[in-house]
Amino acid sequence: MLLSLRNIEKSYSSVEGPLEVLRGVSFDLDAGNSLALTGESGCGKSTLLHLVAGLDQPDSGHITLAGQNLTSLNDAARASLRRGTVGLMFQQFNLIPSLTVAANLAFHAQLSECHDVAWTTTIITKLGLLDLLARYPEQLSGGQQQRVAIGRTLAAKPLLVLADEPTGNLDEATGDAVLDLMLSMVKDAGSALIMATHSPRLAARLDRHLKLHAGQTSA
Amino acid sequence: MIKTAFKALLSHWSRKPGQLLTLIIGLSLATALWSGVKAINAEANASYDQAAAMLGQDQLQQLVRADAETMDQQVYVALRRAGWLVSPVLEGEVKFGPVKLHLLGIDPLTMPPQAQNVTLAEGDDLAQFVASTGLIYSDPETAARLFGQQIPPLHIVKGIPPGTLITDIGQAQMLLKADSKISRLLVWKTQPQNLVPFNTVEPNLVLREPSQTSDFSRLTDSFHLNLTAFGYLAFIVGLFIVYSAIGLAFEQRRPLFRTLRALGLSLRVLILFLVAELLGMALVAGMIGVALGYVMAALLLPDVTATLRGLYGVDVSGTLTIRPSWWLAGLAIAVAGTLIASAQNVWQVWQMPILAPTQPKAWAAAAAHTRRWQAFVAIFLLLMSLALAKFSHGLFAGFAILGTMMLGAALALPILLAGVLRLAERIAKKPIAIWFWADTRQQLSGQSMALMALLLALATNVGVSTMVSSFRFTFIDYLDQRLASELYVSGRTEAEADAMRAWLATRSNAVLPIWSVDGKVADQPVQIFGLIDHETYRDNWPILSALPDVWDIVARGDGVLINEQLFRRENFKLGDTIDLTGGWQSRVSGIYSDYGNPVGQVIMSNKQLVAHFKDITKLRFGIRIRPEKATALAEDLRAQFELPAQNIVNQADLKRLSLGIFERTFTVTAALNVLTLGVAAIALFASLMTLAEMRLPQLAPIWAMGLTRSQLAWLEFWRSVMLAAFTMILALPVGLALAWILLSVVNVEAFGWRLPMYIFPANWLWLGILGLLTAALAAIFPVRRLARISPAELLKVFANER
Repeated sequence: MLLSLRNIEKSYSSVEGPLEVLRGVSFDLDAGNSLALTGESGCGKSTLLHLVAGLDQPDSGHITLAGQNLTSLNDAARASLRRGTVGLMFQQFNLIPSLTVAANLAFHAQLSECHDVAWTTTIITKLGLLDLLARYPEQLSGGQQQRVAIGRTLAAKPLLVLADEPTGNLDEATGDAVLDLMLSMVKDAGSALIMATHSPRLAARLDRHLKLHAGQTSA
Repeated sequence: MIKTAFKALLSHWSRKPGQLLTLIIGLSLATALWSGVKAINAEANASYDQAAAMLGQDQLQQLVRADAETMDQQVYVALRRAGWLVSPVLEGEVKFGPVKLHLLGIDPLTMPPQAQNVTLAEGDDLAQFVASTGLIYSDPETAARLFGQQIPPLHIVKGIPPGTLITDIGQAQMLLKADSKISRLLVWKTQPQNLVPFNTVEPNLVLREPSQTSDFSRLTDSFHLNLTAFGYLAFIVGLFIVYSAIGLAFEQRRPLFRTLRALGLSLRVLILFLVAELLGMALVAGMIGVALGYVMAALLLPDVTATLRGLYGVDVSGTLTIRPSWWLAGLAIAVAGTLIASAQNVWQVWQMPILAPTQPKAWAAAAAHTRRWQAFVAIFLLLMSLALAKFSHGLFAGFAILGTMMLGAALALPILLAGVLRLAERIAKKPIAIWFWADTRQQLSGQSMALMALLLALATNVGVSTMVSSFRFTFIDYLDQRLASELYVSGRTEAEADAMRAWLATRSNAVLPIWSVDGKVADQPVQIFGLIDHETYRDNWPILSALPDVWDIVARGDGVLINEQLFRRENFKLGDTIDLTGGWQSRVSGIYSDYGNPVGQVIMSNKQLVAHFKDITKLRFGIRIRPEKATALAEDLRAQFELPAQNIVNQADLKRLSLGIFERTFTVTAALNVLTLGVAAIALFASLMTLAEMRLPQLAPIWAMGLTRSQLAWLEFWRSVMLAAFTMILALPVGLALAWILLSVVNVEAFGWRLPMYIFPANWLWLGILGLLTAALAAIFPVRRLARISPAELLKVFANER
């Protein structure tokens, strides 16, 4: 088992009082498997991904990732786990604006000290980024930026890829093409995938599908 | 709609009080430093004008001798008999104990009405004024300086320039030992018809037209220009803060501007609102700034007064008067500064299409085009500075060299830093290092204003401290040379001085007379000293340039030595003939340094001095003796002749006193130095706070990829310190160039002497540490905030909630 969540609860404070976002969420994910998380806006999809990535802490419950209990780790240990085990993809792409495409692609892999030149070359070829390597993010289209974001995430060969609406900012045709690429590359990397999406059509392409509603899951 | 729109615009400040505070602090400090300097200058100028208007010199014609010597009282009598309405004046320097003052002797009965600036001598006072016991008039400040001295009865009135005493001409003739002499004659505006020409009565007389400016203001122009330059520099550094704060406020409100426009607010009204908002803030900050400036000026004025007295021998009031003109000027400069600092942003809003993207623009974006222009202007200014240094002369040229060099260097800083950072990025191997350098380079455009301010402040510090240290080093050396005698003695009478010299003949190694008279060379006042031929002078005198065997020439009476001030002022060359007081001539045989002396000086052989000036007072002399015996000899001399303590001065005491005056002279400079660095620190802090708000989208992905918040905070901290360190390194050559310009161009024009430049690397190290501390202190708050930021704040970046 790569990932296990048990009774996860999370709330945020708001002007109207505490806002319960997740209420007793539990699920498991095996290595190499993929899972789609769907639900309306504000149902807690992104919050769940952030908790799994160790970016935030649940109010209660346990998250075990690659054999480590995330909830008992301190900030530095969670950062270290994130560096070596998790790859994140965002709707806004969030590339590093000061680095070229080539440096963006290598960044996470070098950070986790598992930079594999041959694998990075494969990624560059498959994602069609060869002509874009010297450019900066601001010089790329949305679709190109998301391809770079996929490449950056997978170059580090993470055990778990967390993708938050990765095609949400792209038109349908480009989004489909990017998703095809992403799924094939995730498979090549041998990573597990959790993808948050609004689209049941896209969710249907993954191994499993989990719906979030009012902070709780249903299959 | 209009009221709601204005409220919406203003609501930004209640949500961001820190930003408002930064803006107000920046503008207040900039205004405070500028108006503080302005207040000091205004006070000094008021004193000069008061001096210029004294006895109606700014309105009345005067009769003086063509050779600028005093005239006999009989000339006045002859002119009066010929029908001329004239009034006599005698002036000179008078000493009461250690206090040296300007004494004006007048005749209250014949004075023209325009000369009666102050109500002098009415009723019983008039009788006492003209009586033989005399009555002296002075302003309260001068009277305070005379406290404890033996002086004739003193009457305190307002309106007399500081450092000036007024008395009856008879009393003045007595005090100045100028029996039956007068300096000039004030000419009444209306004269009787058919007068005989004045030069038929006395052929040597010339008519001098009224003077609108005093000699003081001409003499001290350079000093005030120096202060003004400092004031403007500090103001510009302060404006960098305002620029940063206004820039951020406009960036953050860009979506609001678009929304208001989309809802129907016209561009004209939006611009009007923004300008009104800026003007309101400028006026509030301006008022705070002027008040702070007043406090600063009040604290610094006594030191400025000491400086002016020490360097130029000019007296300026040491108390500050609130003048409406500089309140208005302070508010005007605050408004002008705000408008300048915000012009670019207002223009951008003016040009912004109604559907412009609402996402705050990264400051780094559009920077490449600006940088190219900046590089071009920087190179142009630096080349202009070099050309001016090579081909121009004069004080204003000196300041132009200085201004173009400083501005060129400041504009070149971001470009040079970008080059250094690019190189570091290429050399770096680790991903974090690569990102660190690349990201720092991208942040440059956001921080460049503050770094330019820091460069200016650090370079000014290096330059001015190099100048002051060089000055100090040279001055100490000069004191050692000039104060070669171990003891300095003043006799109370010439007979006593003669007796003491005879008594000392067998008890000391040498007795060196120090006799002098005041005279004129090229219509400028000079001091004329006589020296005996002695090895003390041959070994120690600070000769800058001289004919071969200069001391033999002087001893033979074939030439004189002149000080550097006189040499530069009158463009003399070695071998030139100069006309000396009393209608005789001599040859310039050598030039010596004479730091800190505002007037010219001539040195000749003592025999020649006594021969030409028969009524010279022979009271003072120096004693050469082994230093360890000096104290005992002083005590013996004091006991033998029952001399008061102040009549024997030890060389060490004199040096200590001179150094004390010297140190005080540069207090103002040091204070302005520290204040400018403080303003630069606030500019740096403001820019870091500004950037901190805009940095999260760049930092959050790095955090998500596995760096902790504290690691990121440390990287941000080192980024600030490293940028400050690079700025410091670049500030060093700029500061040294500044020091060279100050010492070799400005100083020569301003004070009349040139100083050798000494470098003090230990000072740089200290300043470097201070610069790094400044950057560290400025960074600590934003960095601490980053280290403690909640994950929820960082996660907003990914949720597109910002």
